[in-house]
Amino acid sequence: MSKLTFPRMGESWRTFKMIMEDLGNEVVVPPPISKRTLDLGVRYSPEFACFPLKILMGTYLETVEMGADTIVTSGGVGPCRAGGYAMLHQKILKDLGHDIKMIVFEPPRLQLMNFIKNVRALNKNHTSIKCIIAHIKRAWRKLQALDNAEKLSHIVRPREITRGTTSKVYRKVLGWIDQAYTTEQIIEAETAALKALRGVPQDLDREVLKVGIVGEIYVLLEPASNLEMEETLGNLGVEVERSMFLTGWTRDNTWTETTEMMSVKEAAAPYLPELVGGHGRDSIGNTILCAKRGFDGMIQVAPFTCIPEIVARTILPRVSRDYDIPVLTFFLDEQTGKAGMSTRLEAFTDLMRRKKRLQQGRFTLTG
Amino acid sequence: MKAYLGIDVGSVSINFVVINEAGEVITGLYLRTKGRPVQMIQEGLKKTAESILPDYEILGVGTTGSGRYLAGIMVGADVIKNEITAHAVAASTMVPDVQTIFEIGGQDSKIIILRNGIVTDFAMNTVCAAGTGSFLDQQAARLIIPIGQFGELALQSSVPVRIAGRCTVFAESDMIHKQQMGYQIPDIINGLCEALVRNYLNNVGKGKEILPPIVFQGGVAANVGIKAAFEKALGEPVLVPKHFDVMGAIGAAQLAREEVQHKQTSFKGFKIIGLPYRTGSFECDGCPNVCEVVEIYEEDKVIGRWGSRCSKWDIA
Repeated sequence: MSKLTFPRMGESWRTFKMIMEDLGNEVVVPPPISKRTLDLGVRYSPEFACFPLKILMGTYLETVEMGADTIVTSGGVGPCRAGGYAMLHQKILKDLGHDIKMIVFEPPRLQLMNFIKNVRALNKNHTSIKCIIAHIKRAWRKLQALDNAEKLSHIVRPREITRGTTSKVYRKVLGWIDQAYTTEQIIEAETAALKALRGVPQDLDREVLKVGIVGEIYVLLEPASNLEMEETLGNLGVEVERSMFLTGWTRDNTWTETTEMMSVKEAAAPYLPELVGGHGRDSIGNTILCAKRGFDGMIQVAPFTCIPEIVARTILPRVSRDYDIPVLTFFLDEQTGKAGMSTRLEAFTDLMRRKKRLQQGRFTLTG
Repeated sequence: MKAYLGIDVGSVSINFVVINEAGEVITGLYLRTKGRPVQMIQEGLKKTAESILPDYEILGVGTTGSGRYLAGIMVGADVIKNEITAHAVAASTMVPDVQTIFEIGGQDSKIIILRNGIVTDFAMNTVCAAGTGSFLDQQAARLIIPIGQFGELALQSSVPVRIAGRCTVFAESDMIHKQQMGYQIPDIINGLCEALVRNYLNNVGKGKEILPPIVFQGGVAANVGIKAAFEKALGEPVLVPKHFDVMGAIGAAQLAREEVQHKQTSFKGFKIIGLPYRTGSFECDGCPNVCEVVEIYEEDKVIGRWGSRCSKWDIA
């Protein structure tokens, strides 16, 4: 029987594993992204390619070693080179002697036939359409539960009394959601998870800053690729709101665009009326929407050499001026030294805190 | 008398500053890191203790720079701050209405924008160290010119020479090309200064509104060639403060003074000069990340650990 794998992106693997197994596939769970993943990825990828291509290359090589022979991944339709990565990965793997099968999902709202064909290929149990829909619905619910737990951890972490408690509880509750199978169990696990996170001892009077995070999807969703930036910010007393979660992205790309997506486009329009590929336009639109909601600052994360985010980066200083919101950009690559990022995040936090206190009529050297 | 100590542990230099209650610099010390921060911290403390009058009492300590955690743990700092905040604090006390700070150090270069005394924007070089002190050091060594004379030589230039400044590899091959064509050393050095300034303004300073007063600090501010190139490029005077090379440490000392207003200092005292410190490292095998964890020992006790991505090895 074929063994199937997929890219690792945050905690979403828990959902993908479930649905693939429901359809009758044997799954090789991609291992956490480690130094070894990067070593393999960097070694076998073109030097000029972006970080996500290299990480995925490393993950695929690790999973092939573990026996995977089929890779399920997403394609892409905009002018971003990631749309061609599935083919490129397949070719590199073939050159290395691994003849693997690639199942590439394009947005169903644009390529419905591709979706149907792929689902048929994955449906090893030959279950009915009704059954498949039920599986998808349940997987969707699980993905939502995972996203909801993560969102809450971002709110609780900056307020926790003992540093590290939130991360500890969060890791524990992920296991609960992971174990849940039926919709009832998933809802029950989610309720328990959210309750446990809320139960982390917190200092509710603490002055907490609020920062929005925008940028390229992969480095946004996989903490190992952004040096666990959200956790670092949480420890600095910053509540983060990430502009993108897998559930949101999937909704925008599956059937129709959501109203949220449309408002992002509309917000970005005066600055960037075009699709520049990837999430360049979203980065601008979301920065504006967050500024309007009174956020203290924005952080953009992007892989080094990512064209869509470079376009956004050149426009963001103007948005920053027009809406009086500080913006900090990180271009990420294979470097694992966290010191440079910590220094910038700390300075950025000082900057936001002083700005906020000054607005409240208090003046201190650093905040 | 009350005094506050600031320590800036950078890649190239370690600086020690003692300020008094009024914020005036009593003593400032600039030492080369020589790749041995632990020893140099002890040496710097020793020299600092010798250079201040015995009636000064250190009531607070602040550390900054890339080695701020190491120094902070060794001396028992009251405040450990990033170098952007430290530099901004120092510059705004020296030049109260400062609106732009250029800071070029060993491996970092930054621009800090202030309006009405608060930092509103900053940027640091990210993927490239072109134009920082290390590169100038390296070129001075290649040309066998003491780094202290590098800038003055640039001022003697009479013929403009264009050097590529985007990347140090390009810059160096361009310099060699010009030298083999027969250009004079002062002209080449001047070309290099202009190239570095062009690169800095284009890269670190991109999109920033550079308004006067402009303060130029960090080790590279000693280079009058770079200062002149900045003034030429901007058409504005660039101020180099008296203690330009120890501004980070001054900022750290000022932050320490603020921090200890309502608490006792945790400074361990100058006695640590005599304590044995050593560092060790090991690879954690807890997960596939195989983090390299570094430990620092004071006598035989571990006082700090760094390098792990999770909190497993943290010392509370």
